[in-house]
Amino acid sequence: MKLITAIIKPFKLEDVKEALIAFGITGMTVSEASGFGRQGGHTEVYRGAEYTVDLIPKIRLEVLADDNLAEKVIDVIVKAASTGAIGDGKVWSSPVDNIVRVRTGERGTDAI
Amino acid sequence: MEEVVINSGDTAWMLISTGLVTLMIPGLALFYGGMVRVKSVLNMMMMSFGALAVVFLLWIIVGFSLVFGDSIGSRGLLGDPGQFLFLNGLDNANAAIGSIPAVVFIAFQGIFAAITVALISGSIADRAKFGSWMLFSAIWVTVVYFPVAHWVFAFDDFVAKTGGWIANDLGAIDFAGGTAVHINAGAAGLALAIVLGKRVGWRKEAMRPHSLPLVMLGAALLWFGWFGFNAGSAVGSNGTAGLAVLNTIGATVAALLAWLLVEKIRDGHATSLGAASGVVAGLVAITPACASVNASGALIIGALAGVVCALSVGIKFKLGFDDSLDVVAVHLVGGIVGTLMIGLVGVDVGLFNGGGTDQLVKQLIGVCAVFGYSLVATLIIGYAIEKTIGFRVSREVELEGIDLKSHAESAYEMYSSSRGGSSL
Repeated sequence: MKLITAIIKPFKLEDVKEALIAFGITGMTVSEASGFGRQGGHTEVYRGAEYTVDLIPKIRLEVLADDNLAEKVIDVIVKAASTGAIGDGKVWSSPVDNIVRVRTGERGTDAI
Repeated sequence: MEEVVINSGDTAWMLISTGLVTLMIPGLALFYGGMVRVKSVLNMMMMSFGALAVVFLLWIIVGFSLVFGDSIGSRGLLGDPGQFLFLNGLDNANAAIGSIPAVVFIAFQGIFAAITVALISGSIADRAKFGSWMLFSAIWVTVVYFPVAHWVFAFDDFVAKTGGWIANDLGAIDFAGGTAVHINAGAAGLALAIVLGKRVGWRKEAMRPHSLPLVMLGAALLWFGWFGFNAGSAVGSNGTAGLAVLNTIGATVAALLAWLLVEKIRDGHATSLGAASGVVAGLVAITPACASVNASGALIIGALAGVVCALSVGIKFKLGFDDSLDVVAVHLVGGIVGTLMIGLVGVDVGLFNGGGTDQLVKQLIGVCAVFGYSLVATLIIGYAIEKTIGFRVSREVELEGIDLKSHAESAYEMYSSSRGGSSL
């Protein structure tokens, strides 16, 4: 089992969510995040004074998937999140030891 | 005593104007409150409300008398505090000042004093002890505003026989308070910014306005209230009040456009904060001049104020004083622009409008006198408070937020577990 984590541009969330639902995944967790990569921050100007804002708003999206689906889920996210511009974000997967569905107590892939 | 005739039209307008100028207090609180960070918005707004309470109380006790009482020794420096102590003889329905009830004039002028003090608070955002600010308000209005308002607003034979030196002996024109209110508050703001010092992290970390819609709303309420401030200074419902209203719109839209133009050329973007700032700069600049210029004069004054005030914001970075919300660039500079421009474009008195240089020199003397007195007196008051009870909050309070630490409140309930602190 894998945990797939994606950092994406906030306005791309709808596209990614719809693409994942169309692909057939049944759940995800989304949270607001902020950070920077190669894009760096941006500057804002207030009464002529420039402020560099290092941390820019992003969406952190997390999906659990079975091992054989993980690469495909990543492809779906990357395709839907891409604008081709700098700052599109990153997607990575990490191994998951166990998963438990709280309501039923199901474990492992049954709980995805 | 000659028979006084109360004019109901004048009285109605002055009652409305009193309400309008009072709305400027929450207007200013929103304008300033939106510009500070989330952790100090309540303290910022409380400084305006607090100043109103302290100042109006003192106004009733002795302030009105110090401003509008007979000039002590006929020297034009300060009114007789005993003459109208506790509004002696005036706080009834029958006494008249000009063509309106005395009580209406007293209420209207009292709010002027309160606004002037509240304006100063913008230069010391995020870092002033609230109690010290309240004490400062009381001392400053007594030692600085009341005398200066006497100089500028107390005309001979209006309320009392002898008035202030700028209004009567010098003859500088200041219709609604370019010197007494804006240069006065601007110079005091400069002094306090120096006394309290820079905020922790100034110029290193972003101190962004937390809510620009609040700033815009505040500017709009200030503009609305300013009709009472400027046109109410006619103390009558007449053509002068009408001229003041027209010019208060003309100068303000010109300043708004001018500020945006500066931003667009210099920074590449026209901002909402720039528009709101331009509005206030225009309102400030037309304040002294609104009854002595024609419509095109008002446009010139507004446009000039918009450009000069926008560029003046950079002064604090060059000289290194943390005038947090630009009281100097907007009120001091805007007040100077408006006051001096009367000497250039004032109808019949301006150098370019039928007059010579006489009026310009008088205006300049008025500007220098008020600026100099306010700056020096405020430095003394400010340092006296700082050295005794302390004026600035501790570093810890400033970093964690003055709202929470000084007032035990926070402005907004945040529905986010990741932002720390608040529960659902």
